[in-house]
Amino acid sequence: MEWAVFVMFAVAALGGAGGVVMARKPVHAALSLVLTLFSVAVFFVMQGAHFLAAVQVIVYAGAVVVLFLFVIMLLGIDQEDVLDEPLPAQRPLAVAVGGALFAGLLLFAEILEPTGGPAARGSATQGDVVNVERLATSLFTDFLWPFEITSVLLVIAVVGGVVLARRGGAQPDDDVDEHIGADAGSDEGPAAALEQET
Amino acid sequence: MKVPGSYYLIVAAAMFCIGAIGLLVRRNALVMFMCVELMLNAVNLTFVTFARMLDDIGGQVFVFFTLVVAAAEVVVGLALIVSIFRRRQGATADDVSLLRG
Repeated sequence: MEWAVFVMFAVAALGGAGGVVMARKPVHAALSLVLTLFSVAVFFVMQGAHFLAAVQVIVYAGAVVVLFLFVIMLLGIDQEDVLDEPLPAQRPLAVAVGGALFAGLLLFAEILEPTGGPAARGSATQGDVVNVERLATSLFTDFLWPFEITSVLLVIAVVGGVVLARRGGAQPDDDVDEHIGADAGSDEGPAAALEQET
Repeated sequence: MKVPGSYYLIVAAAMFCIGAIGLLVRRNALVMFMCVELMLNAVNLTFVTFARMLDDIGGQVFVFFTLVVAAAEVVVGLALIVSIFRRRQGATADDVSLLRG
């Protein structure tokens, strides 16, 4: 039973990943991404990480992909991509690099043994305690400081998003024109002075 | 019957490599971002798998932090893409090869 679920969602995850890479329209790529993210959430459930599976669906398949779709619709770039490649060697080379990466990963996984000391922060498998409770205990005791820094990171990201996506304010286009004008003026200045001298 | 952890690791490695290939092949900045998300998710799956194999909750805590960083990264990255696209109509990464407006 578990094998059947695993094979089904492994195919879905890899198919979705292939869809992201090969889809012509960005919207189709985003929807393929949802398929992959959901399959990964199922893998999380199968391995006992229930809380992370819920967060995966809510944050990734929910918020992140919706943000992607929002930007696609907002910018109106839903036309089909030009998939022809200006560099002739790029595509085969990329596939070769990816294949080599995969082979290298498998090779290392075969050669190296994952060494684990005894679990430093409590067991991941559940006895009586639910997964959420274990995760919370670890998060709010061992990882309390990183957790607080995370909140700072989120605030910085929000402020950065607002500053970057804000329209108006600094008026960057005008700035560029002014700089070009100023440069042209300063270029003319010495040249004119030189002509007067000669 | 439990699926051994190595199978999850193989799927995660394949996902990571597909994401890397997509990042190299695609030129639309949005799709490149989606490929980065794919790679992040592959690593998350690896973390959870090792958390089960080594019986250590630390791996799952790391996935939690990765999720937060990925969310912040998406916010900033999409804001950058929006501000670039507002300036010029090109949808490909080749159009932004110059570091000036």
